[in-house]
Amino acid sequence: MQETLIAAAERRASRDARHDRRFRWMLAGAGVFVLLALGGAALSMLWGGREAFATFGLDFVTSATWDPIGQQFGAWVPIYGTLVTAAIAMLIAIPVSFGIALFLTEVAPTWLRTPIGTAIELLAGIPSIIYGMWGLFVFVPMLAEHVYPWVDANLGQWPLIGSLFAGPPLGIGTLTAGLVLAIMVVPFISSVMRDVFLTVPTRLKESAYALGSTRWEVVWDVVLPYTRSAVIGGIFLGLGRALGETMAVTFVLGNAHELSTSLLMPGNSIAATIANEFAEADTDLYRSSLIALGFLLFVVTFIVLALAKLMLRQLAKREGR
Amino acid sequence: MLRTLKSKLFVAALAFTACGIAPAADVVGAGSTFVYPVMAKWSADYRAATQTRINYQAIGSGGGIAQIKARTVDFGASDKPLDAAELAAANLVQFPLVIGGVVPVVNVAGVAPGSIRFNGTVLGDIFLGKIKRWNDAAIVALNPGLNLPDQAITVVHRSDGSGTTFNFTNYLSKVNAEWKTKAGEGITVRWPVGIGGKGNEGVAAYVKQIKGGIGYVELTYALQSKMSYALMQNAAGEFVAPNEETFQAAADSAEWDKAQDFNLVITNAPGAKAWPIAATVFVMMNKQPKNADNAKAALAYFDWVFANGAKQASALHYVSLPAKVQAQAKAHWSTALKY
Repeated sequence: MQETLIAAAERRASRDARHDRRFRWMLAGAGVFVLLALGGAALSMLWGGREAFATFGLDFVTSATWDPIGQQFGAWVPIYGTLVTAAIAMLIAIPVSFGIALFLTEVAPTWLRTPIGTAIELLAGIPSIIYGMWGLFVFVPMLAEHVYPWVDANLGQWPLIGSLFAGPPLGIGTLTAGLVLAIMVVPFISSVMRDVFLTVPTRLKESAYALGSTRWEVVWDVVLPYTRSAVIGGIFLGLGRALGETMAVTFVLGNAHELSTSLLMPGNSIAATIANEFAEADTDLYRSSLIALGFLLFVVTFIVLALAKLMLRQLAKREGR
Repeated sequence: MLRTLKSKLFVAALAFTACGIAPAADVVGAGSTFVYPVMAKWSADYRAATQTRINYQAIGSGGGIAQIKARTVDFGASDKPLDAAELAAANLVQFPLVIGGVVPVVNVAGVAPGSIRFNGTVLGDIFLGKIKRWNDAAIVALNPGLNLPDQAITVVHRSDGSGTTFNFTNYLSKVNAEWKTKAGEGITVRWPVGIGGKGNEGVAAYVKQIKGGIGYVELTYALQSKMSYALMQNAAGEFVAPNEETFQAAADSAEWDKAQDFNLVITNAPGAKAWPIAATVFVMMNKQPKNADNAKAALAYFDWVFANGAKQASALHYVSLPAKVQAQAKAHWSTALKY
C-alpha cells in the first residue's frame, strides 16, 4: 500500500520534473526567438547593405551627399535628422508625460482619472498616418502662420542658439517633426508612468506626508526613486518609437537631403528616406544604400539605448545600490 | 481621390474573385503609378466588354521594369523609356501607350491659374535656387502684367522616385545647361534646394500651404486641387497652357519614327502648340514570355485601348496617342512580337 503511494508520488515527481523541463525549454525558446529575430534582421540588413558599405566605407556614415544620379550616397543627413527629431520629441514628451502621470495618480479627483486614462490609451492607438495628415493639414499651417514667424523674429535673434531658430516660416521642418513625434509618444510614456506610479505603496507616501513633505517632495523623493527603472523603461519605449517613426515624419519633415543648422528648415530621417525612395530605387547600389540605412537605424537605436542603460547604471552606483 | 479609391477597390475585387473561382489566368501587368488611374478604368471597361481581366499593379516604374525582366508579369509599364541595348539584353519590346503632362504650379498671392509664364531657363534657375524671390528681374521680364510680390521662393519637389520627376528633370536638362551639370535627369535627382513631398498629393499639399511655393505635378492634380499652374514657353517660342490639345501636339510633333524602339522622351517637343513637359507611358513586353496566351491577350487589350480608350483617357486628363503613333506602335509590336 505504502509502496504504491511512494511509487505514485515518485511518478508524479518525475512527471512534474519533466513538465518543468519542458516549460523551461519553451520559455528559453521564446527568449531565443527574440534574439534570433533581432540578429537575423540585423544581419540580413547588413548583408543587403554590403555593397554600399564596401563602396563607400566609413564615408557612408559621415558624408552628407545623397546623389542618386551620381551614385554617391552618404547617410549623415538622415542620421542627424533622426537623432534631432527624436531628441526634440523626448525633450517635450518626457516632462509632459511626467505631468500627466502625476496628475492622474496624485492630483486628479477620482472621477476624472478613468476618462483621462482611457483617452490616453486611445491616443496611443491612433495610426501614425493620421498623425501625419493632421500634422500636414492642421498643425503645419498653424505653425507657419502664427508660431514660426514669431520664433524667427524673436528666438532667431538670440546669440549662439539663434541660428537654430532662424529661417523662413515654412511650417515644414525638423522642429515640426519633433513636435508631432512628441505628441505621438506622450501616450506611450505617460500610460507606462501612470501604471508604475500606481504601484508605489500608499504607506510610503503617507509616511512622507506625515513627516510634513509637500506633494512635490513626495513625488520627487519617494514616488520617482521607487519607480525609476520602470519610468526609464517607458521612456525607452517612447524613444524607440520616435527613432523609427516613418509616416508621420515623412509628411511634415520636408524630406530634403540637406544639412541645415536651423530647426525650422526641412531635413530627412532614416525611416522617411527608406519609405520615400525604396520603391523606385533603380540601381543595385541605390537599393543597397537604402538597406544599409536600415542597418544604421538599428545601430543608432542600439547605441542610444546602450548609452541610456549606462547612464542608469551610473545613477544606481552613485546612490550606492 | 474617391476615383482612385474606387478603382483600387475594383482591382482588389478583381484580385479577390481571381483567386476564388477564375480558371483562366489574368493578364498581369506592373509598373508606373502615373498611368494607374486610366489603366484601372480601361481594365474595368475592357472586362465589361470582353470578360478578360487585366490585373495591373502600380508598384512604380522601376519595379515594373524589374518584373518584366524577370518575366513574372505579362507586361511592364514605365514612365521612362529603356534604350535599345537594355531592351535587347533583356529580350524586351517597348512601345508608347498614353500621354500625360507635368505642370509647374505656384502659390503666389494674386496669381490666378494660367496667368504666370515661365521659360525653361527661368524654371531651371528657380529649381537651382539661383532665382530666390518672386520679383526677380528674370520672372518679371516674362510677366510684365503681373504684380509679383517681394517674397521668397520655396521649391517643392518629389521626395520619392517618380516618372513625373524624370520627365520634369529631363526637360530642365534639355533647356538649362547648368541644371544638366548640377542636378541632371532621373526618377530622383540631387535637388539643389527645396523640400520634398511624397507623391503628387504631397507636392500639391506643400505648394498649397507654403506661400511663395512652386512645385510640379501631373495636370490632374493641378486641376483637382485648383492650383495656379503656369504657362510654359515651348521650343517654338510660344507660350502654351497645359491641356489635352497641347499634350497631343507634343506627341504629334515628336519624331517617333527617328527613335529606335520608341526610345524618346517627348519633352521640349518642336511643335508650335506643343506642351514642353509632356510625358509618355511606355509598355514593355517580353519576346519569350512564360505564358504566350497571356502575352497575346495583353496585346489584344492594348489594341482595344488604342481603338476605344481615348474617352476614358481624356476624362482623367490623359491624352491618347495620335493615330500616326498608334499605327507605328502596332506595326512595331506585330513585327517584333511573334507569339
